[in-house]
Formats: sequence, C-alpha cells, structure tokens
Amino acid sequence: MKRILSNIAMLALLAGFISSCNNSESNKNGNRGALASSAAEKVYVAPGEHDEYYAFISGGFSGQLSVYGLPSGRLFKVIPVFSQDPEKAWGYNEETKPMLNTSHGFVPWDDAHHPDISQTSGELDGRWVFINGNNTPRIAKIDLTTFETTEIIEVPNSAGNHSSSFVTENTEYVVAGTRFSVPVPQRDMPISEYKGNFEGALSFISVDPEDGGMDIKFQLLMPGFDYDLSHPGRGKSHGWFFFTTYNTEEANSLLEVNASQNDKDFIAAVNWKAIEEYVNNGGGKKMPARYAHNVYNDETHTATSTMKEEVLVVRPEEVPGAVYFLPTPKSPHGCDVDPSGEYIVGNGKLSADLTVHSFTKMLDAIENEKFDGEAYGIPILNFEDVLAGTVSQPGLGPLHTEFDGEGNAYTTFFISSEVVKWKLGSWEVVDRQPCYYSVGHLMIPGGNSRKPFGDYVVAMNKITKDRYLPTGPEVTQSAQLYDISGDKMELLLDFPTIGEPHYAAGIAADIVKKNSRKIFKLDENKHEYATLSPADARVERDGNEVHIYMSMIRSHFTPDNIEGIKVGDKVYFHVTNHEQDYDVPHGISMIGANTSELLIMPGQTETFVWEPKQVGVWPFYCTDFCSALHQEMQGYVRVSPADSDIELSWSLGE
Amino acid sequence: MKTILKCMFAAFCMLSLAACKEEASSKQEAATSPQKNTTTENQGQAFIEDDESQPNVLDIAIGSKDHSTLVAAVQAAGLENSLVNAGPLMVFAPTNEAFNKLPEGTVEGLLKPENKPKLAYILKHHVTPGNYDKEFLKKFKKLGQASNQNVEVTTEGDDVFVGGAKILASIPAGNGIVHVVDKVIVPTE
Repeated sequence: MKRILSNIAMLALLAGFISSCNNSESNKNGNRGALASSAAEKVYVAPGEHDEYYAFISGGFSGQLSVYGLPSGRLFKVIPVFSQDPEKAWGYNEETKPMLNTSHGFVPWDDAHHPDISQTSGELDGRWVFINGNNTPRIAKIDLTTFETTEIIEVPNSAGNHSSSFVTENTEYVVAGTRFSVPVPQRDMPISEYKGNFEGALSFISVDPEDGGMDIKFQLLMPGFDYDLSHPGRGKSHGWFFFTTYNTEEANSLLEVNASQNDKDFIAAVNWKAIEEYVNNGGGKKMPARYAHNVYNDETHTATSTMKEEVLVVRPEEVPGAVYFLPTPKSPHGCDVDPSGEYIVGNGKLSADLTVHSFTKMLDAIENEKFDGEAYGIPILNFEDVLAGTVSQPGLGPLHTEFDGEGNAYTTFFISSEVVKWKLGSWEVVDRQPCYYSVGHLMIPGGNSRKPFGDYVVAMNKITKDRYLPTGPEVTQSAQLYDISGDKMELLLDFPTIGEPHYAAGIAADIVKKNSRKIFKLDENKHEYATLSPADARVERDGNEVHIYMSMIRSHFTPDNIEGIKVGDKVYFHVTNHEQDYDVPHGISMIGANTSELLIMPGQTETFVWEPKQVGVWPFYCTDFCSALHQEMQGYVRVSPADSDIELSWSLGE
Repeated sequence: MKTILKCMFAAFCMLSLAACKEEASSKQEAATSPQKNTTTENQGQAFIEDDESQPNVLDIAIGSKDHSTLVAAVQAAGLENSLVNAGPLMVFAPTNEAFNKLPEGTVEGLLKPENKPKLAYILKHHVTPGNYDKEFLKKFKKLGQASNQNVEVTTEGDDVFVGGAKILASIPAGNGIVHVVDKVIVPTE
C-alpha cells in the first residue's frame, strides 16, 4: 500500500511537471498565434472565391479519388473509382456495376495509389486522371469533364500493381508495373520454385489521343523482382521509363530479411520506344490471358464490360539494347525524374543516402558498354559510371522526391518524418521541415512534368496521432500544405483526407475548370431505357420482370402511382432526370430495395432493381433536396400477391 | 517494477525540466527574432502524452537507469522523434558502463553541440529498421544500420554479438525492440 502511495505521489508530481510544461507549451502556441495568422491568410480563400489548384488525392485503401482545392484544403468531391459508393449509386446501379467487373468477377474494392494527370508535350493538359488499383490489378481513367471514372482496364500477369499509373509525356502510354512477380501464365507450382521461374510484367497501356481509350499495347516480362515505383523520362529522356526494383534476391518468404541482403538493387531503364517499334513491326508473342475492359459511355450513361482473351508479351532478350539495370543502393522505393529529364532519383528506403543517376551518363555508359555483369541477360551498368551524385545523410527512411522547376528537389523521409529540400547538381541540403507524422508521398502540382507549378508542396502522412480531436483508435488521415515559393519551406495547413492519402496529382485550376460539364443534354441521351418525354413514361411486363420507364422533374415523378406489381417480380426502375438546369440532380429510393439510392444528374438515366417481398402499398421518394417542393416529390407502388390478376397500370395526377 | 517506475520518474523529471528550460530559451529567442515563425523543438510524436500504448523504444531507454548516457546522447543529437516512429526500429542500447569503456573524454566531446552530426551518426549506427528477437538475429550475417553501414552478426554459444557488442537483454517495445548491449558499436567510417 505504501508503495502504491509513493508511486501515486510520484505520478502526481510527474503530472505536475508535465502540466507545467504544458503551460509553457500554450505560451509557445500563443507566440505562434501572430505568425499563424499569416499562414491563415495564405490558405484563406474567401467565400465564393475559387482555389488556385485542384489536388486529386487518392484515398488509398478507400479505393476512391478525392478532389481538393489548394491552398484552402477544401474537399469538393469524392470520386468512387474501385469502390462502391451508395451516395452516387456507383457500383450499385445497373449502369455502373460493369465498371467493377474483373476476370475474378465483381470486385467492389481496391487499393488506389498513384493518380497521374494526362500530359501533352510534357505539360499537364488536364484531360484525364489515371489511377492504379493495386490489389486486383487495374488502371482507371477519370474524365475531367465529368469528374467520373469512365474506363477501367484490368492488367493480366500482374499482382500488386504498384509501379503504376504514370503517363509518358504525350500520354502515349499509361504504365503499370507489377510489384509482385508471379508465374506467367499463372499455374499450379511450388512457391519455393519462385527464383528463376516467376516473372514481373511491366505493362504499357496505350491511350487513344482522341477519346482516351486504353488498350494494353504490350507487356515486358522482366526477371522475378519486385517492381516498386516508376516514372517516365521527359525532355531528353522521353522514350525511356524507369522502374525501381527490390527483392532482386528473388526471395519468396520473410522479405524484410531476405530481400535486404543485396547492398544494391536496380533501377530498370526501359527504352519503350525501341520496344514499341519492335512491336509495330510484328514483334512479340500473343499469349492467352483473361482481363476485363470496362468502359462507361456518357451518351448511353451505361458501362459495358468486355473480357479480353490475349495479350502481347515481349521479353527483354528479344529487343537488345532496350533494357538496362542501374545499380541503386538498398531496396530503392521512389523513382523520380526531374523536369529536365536528366536526373533519375532513387530513394533507397533502407539507405540513408539518396542516389541520383544521370541520363546522359547512362547513355554514355551504354554506348561504351561499361557493364558490370548482367542479370538474366540484361546488362548491368557500372554504378560509378551512371551516378550523377549522392545526397548524403539527408534524413532517415527516404521515400519520394518531387521538383519545383527551379532546380530544387524535395524528398520525404518516413522515419525522421520530414520533407528535405535539396539542390539538383550540387546535392546540398538547403532546408528541412518536419511532418506530423511519418510522411509517405509528397506532391507539387505538376511536379511530375516538365513544368511544375512550384508554389506548394503537399505532404501526405501515414500517421496523425494527436494532430486532431481524437476519434477513438481510428483517427483521421491527414495531409499538410507547405509554401515553397521562398527559400525556406513554411508549413501553412493541416487538413484531413479521405482514406489513406497515398499520393496525389495537382494542376492549376484554370486548365481544368473551364472544361467541367454542367449538365448532360437530354436529346443526346442514348440510354437503352431512357424516357425522353413524360408521354413515353410507361410500365412493361416481361414474365416476372417489370420495367418502369420513369421521368423526373421538379417536383414529381412520371408516373407516380403504379399498380399491378406482384410479390416475386423483379422491378427495374429506369429513371431519367428531365432537368436541363445546372446543379439540379434528383435522387430516388424505394422502401426495402436491397441497394442504394440513385443520384441522377440532369439529362441522365439510371436504373435500380427492386424485388418486392411483401404485399402492400409502398412509397418511393426523391432523396436529393431538389426544390421548394422536394417533400412533395414522392409516389406509391401497389404490390399484390403473386397470384393476383390485377393489370399493370400507371398514372400521374389522376 | 518499483525501481523502474522510480527511474522513469527521475528521467521524466529531468526531461521535463530540460524541456521547460529549452522552451524558455526558445521563447527568448522568438522574442528577439520575430521573423522566426515556426518553433519545431519539442514538437512531434516524442512529445505526445500516451499512457495506453506499449512503451516505445525511447520510453524504454528513458526508463532504464543503465542508459542515462544513451538517453542524454539521443537528446543531444535531437533524435527523439525518430525513435518513436512507427519504424519498426531495433535499437542496440549500450549501457552506461559500455559508454564508460570508451577512452576518457569521448562522451563529453560527443555531447558538445559542434559534434551533433557526428553523435547522430554514431547513434544511427545503433539502429536497424526491423524488429527481431535475439534468437531470430542468429539467422543474419549482417544488419544494415540507419547509418548506412552494415554491422556483423556473430554468435558464440547462446550469445549473439552485433558489431562486436554482446546482447545482454532484450525488451520488446511498441515500435520495435531494444537490445541492451555491452559495447558502443563504433562505426568504421
């Protein structure tokens, strides 16, 4: 007892010390107050004013892409990509379910990592955002006129689709590299025979310059390493693509030990133009593969899913001179190319140094065949011959680098939890700012292009702990905005994010906002079940399938009274929004429907299915507060017993 | 338990006092240099109050009476926040006695502000990104340290040596593990 007492006394004293510190802590915050107000001014966007930048921040394991404004950190939209979203009926309505189809069936979730904005001549053009699904390998395209996911292509022969989805400088390709090597084609074999038998597919997905249509042009089947991240060459290095690798040991178990044995892994340099030429001349081999290609059409307002049956594969030995390995210390993670295309930065996550390779020196080493052996027939260049420089001991746990276009690079450090600014060419560290806490990626708008907008950097943190009001064991995820326009970085803002803010892409708002659509034209609506005029509203029966052709406008449904539905029917509500006015969506939901609401934009048609199980008169209503008479926007469906002979009938205002 | 608590208490008191002092001086600094607009000392994960989670490697070092020299060194090098990181971190923690084995004046020299980078480098040489118990360490021939150098792992009977330092005891932490060692692992570079 005495012991306990003395312990309690100690703790009390201790608490006293801590709280006395807290006092000075609050004083300190008080001191920061005046300064914080200048930061506040920098992020303040007055009511009704617009932000300078869009930031497309991936939701990581939420499978979504969120749209924020910078510098305010205000959230505008959460775009479902590899996820179901009951708010928008994405993946719930009949039109968008095919978007989530894969060779494994309907997969309503994925781990969305690396958004990248389309480019023309190495500069962001703001047409599309591409993003990868890691888990069931997929690449999605979001159209920046509608801010909706309009295409998803599955990537065969791939697993843990992580070194994705980065675009070349004219959006010729969006590239998807496998993280996990696997048997290609997949087959039943012992895991222990991984080494030498598994392969790593790097997929070059062509993008149609007109409509953005994606198609796998070829897959490069590389040795069975882990392909971690990638970036395209630009400017002088346009035509090349760079991939970091780890597990060059080809371990299949306890990678944290077994994949850390080699002092150096590789950055793989791929001359995709050479392989493209080879393929265009009939090179490569078609192999059977099953993968889904899902396309959403803005005129039919409907997605289709097509199962593809083969893919063109190329192995490095078929195209001599197309693939080289650049030795890079210790399991490099980030693989970033500066705006000039000269420097390729490899962040060895287990290394304390940053390794920067020179593209010019790489070409020279290739030309003079300065090789240091080979791996699976792929020449390994001599480390010293391709090295541009090393940023020595800048922090602990380097992950990713972006560029401001002014000759500076910014690298995140996970373990020492900071962003470090350093100079390209002299490799000297010029500034550092802490992150709260354990930063992963960072993003400078346009930071992956020839022309970054070097005003801000957004740090995306993995851990938040005490930064916001606590919400139980799961606390908000968070990003932080720094002003980088001066010599020193300045932390301006913390803001919460949707899911894990894995990575982001940012662009000047002016490039994008003028293209944003306001409505869909009703007279361009080619939906199979559209009701283009209220006069066409009707109900049709085909066995126990019932199709309701319904229209909606402020503030009623046509029809709003329906009889002749029976228990056991499968009732399709095909609902067309007849509004042609900006920002007047309508919603609809039916009591007991085993699905989400619909949220239908002006001029659009969407469908949900209702299978009534109980006799009665059941209401439906508009779920989006649309108008002054929103509460009047409702209707009834009479459900009769399965053997009833009541005829189908429908009406409005009778 | 009681001793540990007492030690923790003492260490915390020292820390708290030290922290308060630092703040006082940084306040003065802020007063004299108004353009300095962010104060980052004593901010970060190391300074979060949390009595629910398992102690992290920093807490363990602070709580050990045999590691006051190490803790002082960590503070002098400003590495507190790195040691509370999600890691995982494996810290080889030389005892006070181990530090005493160094040539006289070495520790005092390293603790001087002008030697901060050198001290940080030496301390990073005692940290591995990873979390392995003593038994498991026998599987390794070498470990890659945060200093960017490798250290050798050797065994003699049941004993495991890392960079020539013998593991005396091991304490699992919330963000890794602390192996108490009998020697300072001096980097070769």
